[in-house]
Amino acid sequence: MRRLFWPLAILALVVLVVAAVLWGAVPLSPRAIVAAALGNGDRQTVAIVRALRLPRVALAVLVGAALGMAGGALQGSLRNALAEPYLLGVSGGAAVGAVVVVTLGLGTPLLLPLGAFAGAAVAIGAAIGVAGAAGGRADPRVLLMAGVVIGAFANAAIMVLLADAPADTIRGALWWMMGSVAGADWTQVAWLALYTVVGGGALLALGREIDLLALGEESAAGLGLDAERAGRRVYLVSSLLAAATVAAAGLVGFVGLVVPHMVRAAGLRRHRPLLAGSAVLGAALVVSADLVARIAHPPADLPLGAVTALVGVPFFLIQLRRFA
Amino acid sequence: MIAFRDVVVRYPRAATPAVDGVSFDARRGAVTALVGPNGSGKSTLVGALLRLQAHASGAIAIDEVSLDALDRRAFARRVAVVTQREALVFPLPVREYVALGRYPHEGAWRAAGPDDAAAVERAIALAGVEPLSGRRTHELSGGEWQRVRIARALAQGGDALVLDEPTTFLDIAHEMAMFELFARLARDGMAVLLVSHQLNLVARFADAIVLLHQGRVAAAGTPAAVMQASVLEPVYDWPLVVTHDPAVGAPALLPLRGRAP
Repeated sequence: MRRLFWPLAILALVVLVVAAVLWGAVPLSPRAIVAAALGNGDRQTVAIVRALRLPRVALAVLVGAALGMAGGALQGSLRNALAEPYLLGVSGGAAVGAVVVVTLGLGTPLLLPLGAFAGAAVAIGAAIGVAGAAGGRADPRVLLMAGVVIGAFANAAIMVLLADAPADTIRGALWWMMGSVAGADWTQVAWLALYTVVGGGALLALGREIDLLALGEESAAGLGLDAERAGRRVYLVSSLLAAATVAAAGLVGFVGLVVPHMVRAAGLRRHRPLLAGSAVLGAALVVSADLVARIAHPPADLPLGAVTALVGVPFFLIQLRRFA
Repeated sequence: MIAFRDVVVRYPRAATPAVDGVSFDARRGAVTALVGPNGSGKSTLVGALLRLQAHASGAIAIDEVSLDALDRRAFARRVAVVTQREALVFPLPVREYVALGRYPHEGAWRAAGPDDAAAVERAIALAGVEPLSGRRTHELSGGEWQRVRIARALAQGGDALVLDEPTTFLDIAHEMAMFELFARLARDGMAVLLVSHQLNLVARFADAIVLLHQGRVAAAGTPAAVMQASVLEPVYDWPLVVTHDPAVGAPALLPLRGRAP
């Protein structure tokens, strides 16, 4: 299982990426797509391939990779199988930030991500602040509870903000809250690529520290790690990574939860391979979810976050049964 | 090798210090036992050694080098600590778990080398857990898990081992085997510092006993010197007699019945 993981995971990702580029509302031959990607062919085909399909698939890959890694790092460092950015209030905070921007009528491509980032930063700051105040040390359990409660608060705040908003504001905010990689452009892809490479690289560098954090604070300290500082660092980087995906594609839940469990089940348990594997499987999962979102109910797209939840929740329930 | 000098540890918002001027040494080649009632400051001292609690005054030194002057990894290369409790949320194969003990020797990106592999094998042999090395951590019994944890500590490759109540949940055979292991490690030259409530076993296996009471050293010395009813009774606040172990002649403690709770 373990030896087969890498070839199978990479093969799955490649096949799904190719399928996602090939499939679309306008049927195109593989040869036309390759030509268009290189800039040859008629203008309409080039536009469809270069401006619509490729950035959409690229964004899905990045969102999945970032969420998979953030989830794996949070689960290990907080010693909790349920930890992921979506359940920890980080995504919720980002959503509040974005909805505030939308209800103020400022929902431009530039300001929306900034709002999401600001919201996520407030949520992260509040969780770390509360956990730090309780007992003087950032206790992972307090961090987790604070995150869950902040997420609930964020949901309530969004409902209040949208209570008497005009219908199309609500529709816009709702669409964004359900997550989507439709309408991706290369600027978004470039920004998220930057965050994913820097943040993901930082998490890989922290992989051994996460191995120790997973043993608990005392044992980590016994092995020579400043557990509190390392834990805070992992939390911060994973949260920023998650906030970047929320800014680019809205709320896509359960990827960060489900993917690391799949990778662990394949036998990758130390966090450096676990996180790398979560990046590949996370990318494959989001690309396939977006493919389903496009194919299931044409010409309309299903919300991506709803598809990942529909896939993720049953999988997670099966996992829970095995835990028991 | 590990020296505590007038160590004071104060928890925030606590009226009295948890550890109030404790001095003792854990020497190489000896088992030093740290005993005392619940709340007497034993685990707090271990916490101070791990820098989980800052000590307000006094000094802790490893081979004359102050703890404050040692970076955490350098400390972990010389002193391994087996804490009271550890439960893994995500189980690991035993060999991978023991290999985590090599962390203080690893660079940021350097892959584990032949030195690390050899140290892991040596630790597994020393702790006697070869038969378990193909298993996963969640498949182990309480006694097996404790031995595997000690193997991980030995993989750190230092010459001091600190154990906080390592035999609390173990049956007689596992507990005896564990104490024999500590005695063997000390004979081989390690400094073993053992926090324990098992006074009778400590009396048989330890070379020195440090008795803590309300954050201070109430008595320290050989088992024969510390294991006396007149010393232990006021500390444990319970009537007891000290007789002698019929087999080896070590002092043996017998708590009496007959006082209303």
